[in-house]
Amino acid sequence: MQSQQPAKNLNSGQSFSWLLVSPTILILAFFLVLPLLTIAIVSFWDYNEWNFFPAFIFDNYVYLLESPVTWATYLKTLKFTVLTWFFCTIIGFTVAFFLAFHVRSLTWQIALFLACTIPFWTSNIIRMISWIPFLGRNGIANSSLISLGVIDEPLEWLLFSDFAVVLAFVHLYTLFMVVPVFNTMMRIDKTLIEAARDAGASGFQILTNIIIPLSRPGLMIGSIFVVTLVMGDFITVRFMSGGQSASVGRVISNEIALLQYPAAAASAVILLITVLIMIAIMLRFVDIRKEL
Amino acid sequence: MNAPDKYLELINLTKKYGEVTAVDGISLTTGATQYVCILGPSGCGKSSLLRMIAGHEVVTSGDIVLEQNNITDLAPADRGSAMMFQSYALFPHLSVRDNVAFPLKMRGVEKSKRHGVAEQFLERVQLDILADRLPSQLSGGQQQRVALARAMITNPQIMLLDEPLSALDPFLRGKIRSELKALQRALAIPFIHVTHTQDEALALADLIVVMNDGHIEQAGPALEVYNTPRTEFVARFLGGHNIVEAEKGKVSIRSDRIKIGSKKTKNSLNATVSEIEYQGSKIVLLARSERDLEISAEIPDSDFFQNPIEVGESVLLSWKADDAHLLAG
Repeated sequence: MQSQQPAKNLNSGQSFSWLLVSPTILILAFFLVLPLLTIAIVSFWDYNEWNFFPAFIFDNYVYLLESPVTWATYLKTLKFTVLTWFFCTIIGFTVAFFLAFHVRSLTWQIALFLACTIPFWTSNIIRMISWIPFLGRNGIANSSLISLGVIDEPLEWLLFSDFAVVLAFVHLYTLFMVVPVFNTMMRIDKTLIEAARDAGASGFQILTNIIIPLSRPGLMIGSIFVVTLVMGDFITVRFMSGGQSASVGRVISNEIALLQYPAAAASAVILLITVLIMIAIMLRFVDIRKEL
Repeated sequence: MNAPDKYLELINLTKKYGEVTAVDGISLTTGATQYVCILGPSGCGKSSLLRMIAGHEVVTSGDIVLEQNNITDLAPADRGSAMMFQSYALFPHLSVRDNVAFPLKMRGVEKSKRHGVAEQFLERVQLDILADRLPSQLSGGQQQRVALARAMITNPQIMLLDEPLSALDPFLRGKIRSELKALQRALAIPFIHVTHTQDEALALADLIVVMNDGHIEQAGPALEVYNTPRTEFVARFLGGHNIVEAEKGKVSIRSDRIKIGSKKTKNSLNATVSEIEYQGSKIVLLARSERDLEISAEIPDSDFFQNPIEVGESVLLSWKADDAHLLAG
C-alpha cells in the first residue's frame, strides 16, 4: 500500500505534465507535422496536365534527381546561399561588434539597434523593388558613376543579375545575423576583455581569441537563419534577376503554378532534407557541449 | 632585501569622470615587498585607483612610477603589473591550462612550451590535475587560484588584486587570505589589494591605505592605523572604536580598552546598557550615555561572567588617558 502511493502520485504528476504541454503539442501537430506529412504523402502521388491523384510512385523523385536542371538549380541556389551568408556574416558581425563594444551607453545601443530594424517597417517586396531605380540602367548608381567619370557607359550587371540577387539578399537578411550575434556579444563579460588586455593581447588578438569564439553561438544561429531563408527564397531571385536566374524555390513555385503539386511536393521534400543536412553540418562546427 | 623603499610611487594622481572626481590627487609611496591594502567603502575611488595603476583607466592627471619608470601612459601589459579581477575574468571557452597559458600565447610562445610553463604554475596552486577542465567546472576557490596562476605566469613586478575574496564564502575567504599572504611572501613583490572588509585589511596588510571620497584618510602600518586612527571616518570605518567628545575635541578609544569602573574620573562616563552580545571569547556591551552617545565595550568573557550585567542597568565606563587618541578635524 505504502509503496503504491508514490507511484500513483507520480502517475498523476505525469498526466498533469502531459496536460500542460498538450496545447503546444496540438499546435505543432496541426500546423507543422500535419502539413509536412501531407506534402510527404502528396510527393508520391501521380499527376497529369490537369489533375493529380493518389498513388504510390517514385517517378517524381526519379525525374527530379535525374534532371540536370535540378542539379544546376541547386548549385545556383547554393552559390547564392554561400555568397549571401559570407557577406551577411562579415557585415552582421561588424555591426554587432560596433554596437556591443564601441557604443558605450545602453541608451545609444538600444537606439542604434532599433535604427537597424527601421527597414523592417516596410515589406520585403517594397525593399526589393526600391533597388530597381537605384541599380537600373539609368538609375542613381549608374548616373552618379558616369557623372563622376568613373565609367563611360552604364554598368549592365548592376540590375537583373546574380550581383543584384546577392545584394538584395544581403540587404534583406543581414539583420538576422546582427540580432543573434549582438545578443551573444552583449553577454560577454567586459572584464574578460580587460583581462585579455592585461595579459598583453592586442586588439586583433582580443577579437580572434576572445570575441569571435564567444560569439560563435550567435554566429551559428544567424547562419541558420540566413541559410534557411536564402535556400527557400523564390521571390527575391525572380525580381532581382529579372527572371534570368533559377533557384530551388522558384522551381517549386513554377510547379505549383502549373498545378503539378506532386512534383512540387517532391521538390519541397528534397529541399527540406537538404536544408536539414546543412543545418546539421553547421551545428557540427559548434561544440554544443562547450557553448552551454 | 635592499630594494629601494620607493618601489611604487603615486604622485598627485587624479581621475575624473566628467564632473565627478573619483580619485582626488592621491600621493602614496610603497615599499618593494609590501602587502598594501586599499580599504574604503564602495564608491570611495579605491577601484578606480587600482585600475589606473593597472592601466585599465586613463589617468586624468598625475603620475605613476614603478621602479623608477614612469608607467602612467603605458599599455597594461607593458607595465610589469598583473591584475586579478573581482570576478576572476577567466575565459569561459578555454581550458584551465589555456587560461593560464593565455598571456604567453599573446607573447607568441609556442604551444608545447607555454603549456609546460602553465602546468608548472598550476602545480604551484595545486590545480595541475584539473588542467583540462573548463572554468565553469571549478569551484569558486579553484577559479580564484587559476586566476592567480594566470596573473603570476608573466612574472609581474607588482600584483594588483581587486576585491579578490569578496566572491568567496567566509570559510574559504580565511583560507585563501592566508594563501595570498604566503604567496606574496614567496614572490617577494608588492601586492596592492583593494577591499572594503576591515579584518581582511588588518590581517594582510603591511601598509593600510584608508580611502574616502577620492582621497586618503590615513596610510600607515596596520597596527598604527588601528591604534591611532587619524580621523573620525577611519575610526568608524575600522569599527571597534568609540568616538567621545573630550575637552580638546573628539577622541577615539578602542572598544576593548573600555572598562567597567567604579570611580568617576575625567575619563569615564555614565551609560545605560542597551544590548549585550555574546561573541565567544568576548562580550560586546552596547550602552547609551547620558548625552545619548552610543558606546561599545568589549569585555573578556571571564571578566564579564565574574560580574554579570543586565540590559537596562546603569554602568560607569572608564578608560585610561593614554588610550584616548585625539582625532583630526
